[in-house]
Amino acid sequence: MIEVRNLSKSFGSTKAVDNMSFEVSPGTVTGFLGPNGAGKSTTMRVIMGLDHPDSGQALIFGKPYSKIANPLHQVGALLDARAFHGGRSAYNHLLFLAQANGIPARRVDEVLETVGLSSVAKKRAGTFSMGMGQRLGIAAALLGNPEILLFDEPINGLDPEGILWVRNLLKSLASEGRTVFVSSHLMSEMAQTADYVVVVGRGRLIDSAPISQFISKSAQRYVVVRSPAIDTLEGLLKQSGADVAQGPDNTLEVTNATCAQVGELAGANSIVLHELYFHEPTLESAYMELTQDDVEFHAKSSNDMTFPADKRN
Amino acid sequence: MEATLATNRNQTNSTFHTSQPFTNTLQSELTKFRSVKSSFWSLIVANGVTIVLSAIICEAVVNRWNKRSLSERILFDPTTRSLTGIVLAQLAIGVLGVLLISAEYSSGTIRATFAATPNRTKVLTAKAVVFAVITYITCLISVLIAFGVGQAIFTQVGVGASIGQPGVLRVILMSALYLTIGGLFALGLGTLVRHTAGGITAFVVMMLVLPGIVGALPSPWSSDIGRYLPNAAGLAMTSVIKQHAGGDMLGPLGGLAVFCGWAALALVVGGTRLVTRDA
Ligand SMILES: Nc1ncnc2c1ncn2[C@@H]1O[C@H](COP(=O)(O)OP(=O)(O)OP(=O)(O)O)[C@@H](O)[C@H]1O
Ligand SMILES: [Mg+2]
Repeated sequence: MIEVRNLSKSFGSTKAVDNMSFEVSPGTVTGFLGPNGAGKSTTMRVIMGLDHPDSGQALIFGKPYSKIANPLHQVGALLDARAFHGGRSAYNHLLFLAQANGIPARRVDEVLETVGLSSVAKKRAGTFSMGMGQRLGIAAALLGNPEILLFDEPINGLDPEGILWVRNLLKSLASEGRTVFVSSHLMSEMAQTADYVVVVGRGRLIDSAPISQFISKSAQRYVVVRSPAIDTLEGLLKQSGADVAQGPDNTLEVTNATCAQVGELAGANSIVLHELYFHEPTLESAYMELTQDDVEFHAKSSNDMTFPADKRN
Repeated sequence: MEATLATNRNQTNSTFHTSQPFTNTLQSELTKFRSVKSSFWSLIVANGVTIVLSAIICEAVVNRWNKRSLSERILFDPTTRSLTGIVLAQLAIGVLGVLLISAEYSSGTIRATFAATPNRTKVLTAKAVVFAVITYITCLISVLIAFGVGQAIFTQVGVGASIGQPGVLRVILMSALYLTIGGLFALGLGTLVRHTAGGITAFVVMMLVLPGIVGALPSPWSSDIGRYLPNAAGLAMTSVIKQHAGGDMLGPLGGLAVFCGWAALALVVGGTRLVTRDA
């Protein structure tokens, strides 16, 4: 159980975390979502007692992190995939962490085995690829067999097999009743892994809800219909009272009507349909809608892009 | 894999401690210390310089012995003279002291360290203890070797000291202590600055540049202030004959106290910053 209460943290004039409150419950994977610079990593560092908040608090089983003796037995975290000394072996990196918390050295071998790094355990960690570094960070998080696990973008740099492995790991940890809190930018991945989401933007909490409830807030639910006689169909649909918007590639996006209604209307008027389906909202679409105003660093959309040569026109 | 996680769960949970024993922190810091090459190489360089450079200087002294005046020969201190290499060795120990903490910041290891041991003062204390004990033991050995080599060289001109003579053993013990305290001073500066280059620069400025600047002040300021600077205070511990440079130096115990004071100041200020700032 993690509780974040009215947490605020600034770096100079940047409000990285702004009066944020939420809870993360045991037995679930909770996704921590938000655009770049939304304050996810900062929040996690505060939970881990590494950054000091300006106000508010983060509690683990009701205690601030700094009050937990031998904390690795209760909390494990992967905060930064490259947070190890390049000259030290993976084994020794894990060993010094284990020793600090009275964890037996054989547990180091076990977690190395779990993450698949046993064969390179004695190699300098500086030679590791991004994905191997990520695995070492996950091994460190698992070291004390903790009830609470925090992962900051754990699948960055992993290959497809590694991503699948992390997904299953997170789920199995949660199914054992542990609290799993994981940040990610990959919505499709989170949609498959998370049970709950905590969504933030510009340091503020946007929503905290079960994932299905969060997705259902999206307005992106409509019938998509594609037809060679799209203009006729559009007129008929509007007459029947549906809201119609033109989609790409001879399609219409119809709200206020079911697939059956659209299909029957087309059939009654002998209009050929090439495609007819209900567009379900996704985590991604819900996320995009809700965080749109909170994205600090917008990239130019490709339509806006101009190349210097074009400016002559 | 799931089996691994599940079977050990109860075992590890039953090993909860109500406090985090300092011996565990010490063990952890010892593992960190011995598992990077920079520790090994810094100690090799420091101890090598102590032995080799000291011997070279002893040879130079012997070669120029005939050019010394009588009073110079009477004031000659064969013990301190046989250990001159420690002044340069101090730089290698200082670099190691800075690296012990700055490398944790540059690599990001510091966050893992503090996640495992949230009591940051405990971490810094354990680091200092591990570093001090290892530095003192290795440096004491190299100082003893340098002393033996130096005295063997000095017999060519019929001078020399033996450990039994008054003050000699003290100088040997204090010379290793000079290196150790200097290392702790560097660890404190590194904790304060958090960057390898910045920490080493701060150490070199405090130990070597500042004496030059103060020395350029008009007397008596230059000597009144100069003797309290870290390196001068530290070297005051290491001479048998107090009246070295016209009585400018502190006595051995005064030197020890002042040099310890510098190291303690750096560690306390650095440690306070360590505790109050974000990791
Ligand atoms: N140590 C720091 N010093 C100064 N500013 C910082 C520091 N850490 C974070 N920030 C700022 O705080 C804000 C939040 O950053 P944070 O890293 O928590 O965001 P994030 O949600 O993790 O972003 P991302 O998705 O890109 O990882 C950003 O504006 C960032 O520039
Ligand atoms: Mg981040």
